[in-house]
Amino acid sequence: MPTSLEFAGQLREKFGDLISEPLEFRGEVTLTIANPERIAEVCQHAKTVLGFDLLLDLSSVDNYGDDPRWTVVYELSGIGHGQHLRLKTHVSEESSTLPTVSQVWRTADWHEREAYDMMGITFSGHPDLRRILMWDGYPYFPLRKDFPLAGKPTLLPDTAFTQPAPLEGGPFVTLPGGKDSAAREPRVRTPEE
Amino acid sequence: MATQTIEFKDAAARAAQAVQAGGSNSSDELLDLHGDKLVLNMGPSHPSTHGVLRIVIELDGETITKAIPDVGYLHRGDEKIAENMTYNQFVPYTDRLDYLAPLANNVAYALAVEKLMGIDTQLPPRCQYLRVVCCELARISAHLLGLGAFAMDVGALTVFLHTFTEREKIYNLCESLTGARFTTSYTRIGGMTRDCPPGWVAAVRKFLDEVVVNFDESETLLTRNRIFVDRTRDVGVISKELAIDYGLTGPNLRGSGVDYDVRKAHPYLVYKDLDFDIPVGSVGDSYDRYLVRMEEMRQSVRIIRQCLDRLPGGPDNAGKEPINVADGKVVLPPKNKVMTSMEELIHQFMIVTQGVNAPAGEVYFGAENPKGELGFYINSRGGGTPYRLKIRAPSFVNLGILPAVLPGHLMSDVVSILGSFDFVMGECDR
Repeated sequence: MPTSLEFAGQLREKFGDLISEPLEFRGEVTLTIANPERIAEVCQHAKTVLGFDLLLDLSSVDNYGDDPRWTVVYELSGIGHGQHLRLKTHVSEESSTLPTVSQVWRTADWHEREAYDMMGITFSGHPDLRRILMWDGYPYFPLRKDFPLAGKPTLLPDTAFTQPAPLEGGPFVTLPGGKDSAAREPRVRTPEE
Repeated sequence: MATQTIEFKDAAARAAQAVQAGGSNSSDELLDLHGDKLVLNMGPSHPSTHGVLRIVIELDGETITKAIPDVGYLHRGDEKIAENMTYNQFVPYTDRLDYLAPLANNVAYALAVEKLMGIDTQLPPRCQYLRVVCCELARISAHLLGLGAFAMDVGALTVFLHTFTEREKIYNLCESLTGARFTTSYTRIGGMTRDCPPGWVAAVRKFLDEVVVNFDESETLLTRNRIFVDRTRDVGVISKELAIDYGLTGPNLRGSGVDYDVRKAHPYLVYKDLDFDIPVGSVGDSYDRYLVRMEEMRQSVRIIRQCLDRLPGGPDNAGKEPINVADGKVVLPPKNKVMTSMEELIHQFMIVTQGVNAPAGEVYFGAENPKGELGFYINSRGGGTPYRLKIRAPSFVNLGILPAVLPGHLMSDVVSILGSFDFVMGECDR
């Protein structure tokens, strides 16, 4: 039975420079796909030829301040061979669009709706790209790093949760990867900080 | 949503009328037989939605032609919250994901962070065995509720009262183990808050002896009950391919006949040393999903018994086995040392203020929870907080298949299908 690394090698053979060197960390293999426009093609190959029939998860990361701003992460698993593979691709803030994989695995439908709802990344070709957790017409994308933990007022003044969270002295916000310990520990910070 | 007034809601009544009227076969009249579609808004708060799930259902007579689930009423922004606190501070939030199995969530989350830190293999054996006991107790508790609520939805109220008697005993065990009945927050990164109290192992054994009797009684009430079988067999059939395509996990996937269980496929803790079976269904209907859950509870009892027999250090830990990793920079040091030793004082201060120092990198860890595979994707840039923490909630993924399963069924089957899916909205909406 091939290992994740061998599967990664097979993908690289097929797609060449499109796919980065495999990165191993804690027993997991991560591949970065250089061109987000070809993600659906790579996923289709991984599913039909390499047997990764289960898309476990699709997540999105906001690399705020870096370019490209978005990272979309696909967790693939094969029920037949029991191997795990992570595919990643970076999407620039200007386009914020990449092809949907919902025709490869139908479970991606809701995962992509969630990524759109939370981060504002759109998936071209998605059959029904609507908000899923927030309500229709909500104006912000709450998981973006420039969205404050305390929330923002919306134009629906009578709807619940439109005021900043009433935390006494809070919110207690950390700055991950901050320069010094004062930046990393949870402290009272105003949204502007 | 606007509803329309139509002459006959029931397609059969329209057909009967058409026959009475002379039964002309002109295409116009045939078209007329289909009538207008009725849009029905089920939920957000409906007894069979087990929380706040709304389903917009389009009906032709009593047959569903289209179903659109609407989730998110319980959204609290757990992933955003996680980015703004230390790893240990997030443990109480995991209680509130699948709030019917908080212990299993605690364990899954702790293991994910420990995998990121590379200390998951250094967990002491006693910790690993106790965590397995916690997971399986949580599985029994969650399945008992799922089973009771399912039976109640299709008209058998007695089972619900029956299973709740046993769940009460599990809550008592949780209380003596963790100090809380619901919101257990039992694990910490690198270990647990405390060892099990004296007499707890004996209490669990007593409970197991009692609960297997309860399983038999519930089975007697349901498995060959004509009404229950009629309402669940061949209802909500999901094929293997469809189940995998929609990413189902847990009993819902195994009900469709796919032999996939994270405890066997990617064993964590001490599951690879334990002897247990994975039940799978053959048809993939509501009845199969019920049978799979029923058998899983019996297997959980088997697992817990093996763990208690092998518990390193004995029931009351006479062997003084550790329950936390031996690393002062990960687990809080004992309080008496904090007050007397400089190094421990520093460790205590650093863990509390900055959190455990995780390396940069990304991991995904999935655990077999009662509802399916609960996964955590952690993207770390170093330090005590995750840069991004994504929760792969099994209930969220499982509900995504509803638009494919519900059409073609009768309205009354919705209740049976939802009951057999056994989802929790706290986890779905996060």
